[in-house]
Amino acid sequence: MKQNDIKRLSLYLLFAPFALWITLLIVLPHLGMLYISLREKVAPRVYEFGFANYINFFNEPIYWNTLLRTGSMSLLVTVLALLLGFPIAYYIAKIAGHRTRGALFLMCLIPLWVSDLIRAFGWILLLRETGVISSGLQWAGLINAPIEFLYNDATVIVGLVYTVILFMIVPLVSTLDGMDDSMIEAGYNLGGNGPTVLRRIIIPYAMPGIVSGCIVVFMLTAGSYLTPILLGGKNSSWFTEQIYDQFITRYNWESGAAFGFVLLAFTSLVIWIGLKLSGQTLNSTVARS
Amino acid sequence: MIMKLAMAGLLATTVMAAVPAQAETLRLLTWGSYAPDELVKKFEAKYPDITVEVTFSNNEEMIAKLRATGGSGFDLAQPSHDRIFAVQQEYGIYKPLDLSKINTDVMQANLLDGVKANTTIDGEVYAVPHQWGTSGLMANKSLAPNISAWGDLCDPQYKGKTSMRLRRTILLGMAFDMGEDPFAAYADLAKYQEILDKVADKLIGCKDNLKAYWKGGDDLSAMMMSGEIVASETWDSTAYKLYGENKDIVFVPPKTGALAWIDTFAIPAKGEADDAAYKWINFVLEPENVTIMSASTGSMASVKGAMDLLPEDKKEAVNAAFSDEAMANLKFFANIPAGVEDMEGKTLEKIKAATGAE
Repeated sequence: MKQNDIKRLSLYLLFAPFALWITLLIVLPHLGMLYISLREKVAPRVYEFGFANYINFFNEPIYWNTLLRTGSMSLLVTVLALLLGFPIAYYIAKIAGHRTRGALFLMCLIPLWVSDLIRAFGWILLLRETGVISSGLQWAGLINAPIEFLYNDATVIVGLVYTVILFMIVPLVSTLDGMDDSMIEAGYNLGGNGPTVLRRIIIPYAMPGIVSGCIVVFMLTAGSYLTPILLGGKNSSWFTEQIYDQFITRYNWESGAAFGFVLLAFTSLVIWIGLKLSGQTLNSTVARS
Repeated sequence: MIMKLAMAGLLATTVMAAVPAQAETLRLLTWGSYAPDELVKKFEAKYPDITVEVTFSNNEEMIAKLRATGGSGFDLAQPSHDRIFAVQQEYGIYKPLDLSKINTDVMQANLLDGVKANTTIDGEVYAVPHQWGTSGLMANKSLAPNISAWGDLCDPQYKGKTSMRLRRTILLGMAFDMGEDPFAAYADLAKYQEILDKVADKLIGCKDNLKAYWKGGDDLSAMMMSGEIVASETWDSTAYKLYGENKDIVFVPPKTGALAWIDTFAIPAKGEADDAAYKWINFVLEPENVTIMSASTGSMASVKGAMDLLPEDKKEAVNAAFSDEAMANLKFFANIPAGVEDMEGKTLEKIKAATGAE
């Protein structure tokens, strides 16, 4: 009896921080946002309940165009991060020796030790018209007039891939690590060549890692703010920027909150579709790696 | 910075521990350069029982912060004069000022009356002027000698070499440039929407001519100093700072008139140190403190004889920029009526999203 009580108490105590975190920092703020997003402003200090803020979103092409743009660019970033991250993860998990592994992992981690902001400014210093790369190329005689690399969508994508690639590499390394080398050998012994082994053995095995990496990367990218704002050009609107503008410059918390929920619903939808297409579930991917 | 101030505050309180005065904290919510260390220290030396805490912000974030708390958390705020009336009506985040506690005699009468007229609700005054300055153009004279109007930023001869901030200032400037009077149109929002649509077309057509939209004084300065751009829409204080480093870079009041703003003092509705706030207001109005303040902000105080109180280098920059007519031609920002922020916001989004020009 007493034993049981202690067991139960310790269970509660272990559960408490998680429960507090979930309710105080996730559930309550979202309920507040939901409440604000369903208020319509009719006059100063007068509000009515309604869906006008959501209807506004769908009636204004600029808003959903920006959302689609943000979504498609985030998908592109996810694909690029996967294409770049997979070989790196494979090398770290399967090819590199035990000691180099730690060093390689550390090298992937180091960029994360400085903040997003500093990294974005780093890119600005490198890529601007009078920046390191442009002047370097001029000095080498490869170009004869300065080139502006900054302020376009390509730069935004490069900057984002750089920021998020680590979150692709880590789950991939941990899944690939669990794969027995003999499976690959068996694949070759049975007459498979490189691409076949990759396609029929390695990728299916790594699928949970791939999917969970993609989910994290996509969420981080679609919700990022600094990189697209600082590196983006005249035409590169990002949906988070629109949310910020609604909240801060237009004093329109109601529609900002509605936009926040639209973004949440949109990213959830994309991830749900991704899971369906890849035949994975949240349990088999994110929860495992 | 805040750490430093807190440290200074801590030191001040320990030194004064012998005096059994109840320590008071003055929580300032203000612009980046509006509370220079030197002045804060001087103030704390003069009023040993007051500790000053400074939070740096801008117009929009000041309002968002005060709105989130219903006007508590700060004891003195410094929004611009045109951002008080509608915000106060809507959110009630300020409390009326007791003008008898403020040394209004030293203020320039026209600025004081202007701010009072803009911020009086039900007979109560909510703000008095502090620093004022203008928005206009900045040009590198050696590379772009002919910049004289807002529309010149769209001149194809400077293609890829100009910049602006995509905010309401450029909408208003461009409207004046096209012969409209946007402030008069505030009274008739349908008319104002027409003007905004015209301005949007103009600015979308102009996009191709710009290098980028600048987002803060630092990236604007970097683009201008490196010569990546030769002309831009700007705050005068940013231009004056650059003039100190390169005499070719001057502030150019557009021929339709530079747009003038006045940053004010306003007391948040749930401020807890009103007396300290009034002391700070009167303190920064003292002539020698005006000079210290202007050296930091790069703008003029709204006190009588402010021009003479400017530090030498700023005085030179102002004289290089403004003639007497340009000074007389200032267009003061008019109160923003409810709803206009939304209209302007939509217009800015439309411009940002447009890709037609590329």
